[in-house]
Amino acid sequence: MTLQTSKAGLTRRQLLSSAVAAGATFVVGAGFVAAPDAAWATETVALTPETMATLIQMARDIYPHDRIGDEYYVVAVKGYDTAEAAPGIEEGIAALNAAAMTAGYASYLGAGWEKDRVALLRGIETTPFFQQIRGGLVTGLYNQKAVWPLFGYEGESFSQGGYLTRGFDDINWL
Amino acid sequence: MAAPFALNDNSVVVIIGTGAGGGTLANELAQKGISVVALEAGGRYLPQDYVNDEWESFGQLAWLDKRTTSGDWRVANDFSGLPAWIVKAVGGTTTHWAGASLRFQDHEWKALTNYGAVEGANLLDWPIDGAEMAQWYDKAEEKMGVTQTGDRPALPGNNNYQVLAKGAAALGYQTVHTGKMAIQTREDGYRTPCQQTGFCFQGCKWGSKWSTAYTEIPDGEATGNLEVRERAHVAKIEHDETGKVTGVTYFDADGVSQFQAARIVCVAGNTIESPRLLLNSASEMFPAGLANSSDQVGRNYMRHVTGSVYGVFDKPVKMWRGTTMAGIVQDEARLDPSRGFVGGYELETLSLGLPFMAAFLDPGSWGREFTSALDSYENMAGMWIVGEDMPQASNRVTVNADIPDQFGLPSPNVHFSDHPNDVAMRNHAYAQGIAIYDAVGAVRSFPTPPYPSTHNLGTNRMSANAADGVCNGNGQTHDIANLFISDGSQFTTGAAENPTLTIVALAIRQADFIAAQMSAGTI
Repeated sequence: MTLQTSKAGLTRRQLLSSAVAAGATFVVGAGFVAAPDAAWATETVALTPETMATLIQMARDIYPHDRIGDEYYVVAVKGYDTAEAAPGIEEGIAALNAAAMTAGYASYLGAGWEKDRVALLRGIETTPFFQQIRGGLVTGLYNQKAVWPLFGYEGESFSQGGYLTRGFDDINWL
Repeated sequence: MAAPFALNDNSVVVIIGTGAGGGTLANELAQKGISVVALEAGGRYLPQDYVNDEWESFGQLAWLDKRTTSGDWRVANDFSGLPAWIVKAVGGTTTHWAGASLRFQDHEWKALTNYGAVEGANLLDWPIDGAEMAQWYDKAEEKMGVTQTGDRPALPGNNNYQVLAKGAAALGYQTVHTGKMAIQTREDGYRTPCQQTGFCFQGCKWGSKWSTAYTEIPDGEATGNLEVRERAHVAKIEHDETGKVTGVTYFDADGVSQFQAARIVCVAGNTIESPRLLLNSASEMFPAGLANSSDQVGRNYMRHVTGSVYGVFDKPVKMWRGTTMAGIVQDEARLDPSRGFVGGYELETLSLGLPFMAAFLDPGSWGREFTSALDSYENMAGMWIVGEDMPQASNRVTVNADIPDQFGLPSPNVHFSDHPNDVAMRNHAYAQGIAIYDAVGAVRSFPTPPYPSTHNLGTNRMSANAADGVCNGNGQTHDIANLFISDGSQFTTGAAENPTLTIVALAIRQADFIAAQMSAGTI
């Protein structure tokens, strides 16, 4: 996992002094994307930080869960930050930004309202790029063990002896 | 211990596949002292190897060889390379099945007689009936340890069951219980009692659920009469100039082509691979494939009318806890054409973990309608529809030489489109499922389209007349006396019940028939 906290990487001050806000959601600097409050930051290797920031927002707009922090979406798309995958992603994000500009926004991230960004995504939802990102998120987001508790899902129970004595029939409101 | 038989030993019975049909048949024959070589395309995984993680388990067990799809079913669009969610391993899909073990209803053995001709459907009566099968069902239930048969008690009901049962009672449904399940509940067998762990679909880590992988197969091996060759992928069934089969050509674990001689060959590779193998075994004498003088090999592919209904409540259900499918409403399984369709359906509890729920809830969809449903995952209850679908000649497995598999063999294409009767039944079941959850206060209910098929049936069907099907009432092919069909592909019609119990009962019965014929020297 290449996700970095501000403690391991940049201090909040360093981070904010060397970066610009992209949209209202992300802080983009040289080789990294971070949360505005520096709660998390991720370095980029092959993708530009601007592209990574756009990709993270796109991921949230495709599968929005208000209780799920951006850091999980970062993990879900981090796999595209490789020399092999990056060119296709850069191309796809460039097309998305072009569509945004045609619609009168500065960029995809420049469309401040989710409703407007979703409309832009609806316009490209049949493209291989969109399907690649959406399809990848099905496992990239929902198969992260770290997000399961946020949905209440408990995962395996064999190691604890199953639920026979731990509430398989504990429903109490019927 | 495995008993190694020589490749040129032409006294053995070769069984292709080790699931509910093949695994049971292998053990039954071995117990009778008959030498058996079972060829299994997958590897051997046992309870200690199973992984209670949906995607990881899928990678371990699922049959993922090259397959294609066509037809108007949504699976062809959403999972175009995965028509079926079945298993490639010793034990076959008995590692994955949930354990539901229901007998056919008597009228279902004679669908053509009792339903009448249905336009567009290729209905036919089975050449056997409920009276004939009763004794074999008895043996199967005893072998598998089915709850609520014999003196075996029912499983306790988990949270998901309790929601279903209360809603079903509110609607006036009468036959509602925790199912007839091939799952151990007492300390009186050699299987561990169910610990309500969930993950029934991923292989039971307690070994509570009956699977040939750790019952029939080791029992058969212990006799010294059964040899199981793992990672042995059969390419072709061979025959002599008289038309009798002589053995099979297969790729061994190292990918080397081998020939195993045989006195009898039994095909039990599940409903996609079994007809594929017969078609890929075409020869000068049998240009349309083996046992295919009727042109029915591969046709009449059935997958049950399925679909799911999930209800969302304002409080937690935690449907994933406990036995996945121990809950059933049987009232709609009756024959009652006044509902607008022939045949019937069962409603059974079902749950998926969060990863598979995300993948199967509404494949391809995105946005807040989708994610708000998943946000309520903890508060969901789920049920699965299992109904009788219509056999159609055009729903079929064909082979495609232009798309070879990893061995260069023509891969199977699975073509399926719903019959109007299937659509009417599914819509009825969706409405009843929603009503059940509404009756207990669901704040939202939604349907889920059919998943890739786990009940694959009918592509080498039984028939009284050789012109109508591939095999007779004993699974013996009409065309070739020493070639048998031993899996769900021999189903003439699908009935409303989960098929495994019937596959096992037929395999036990077939073993008796084969042994008798061998003794008599007729094959």
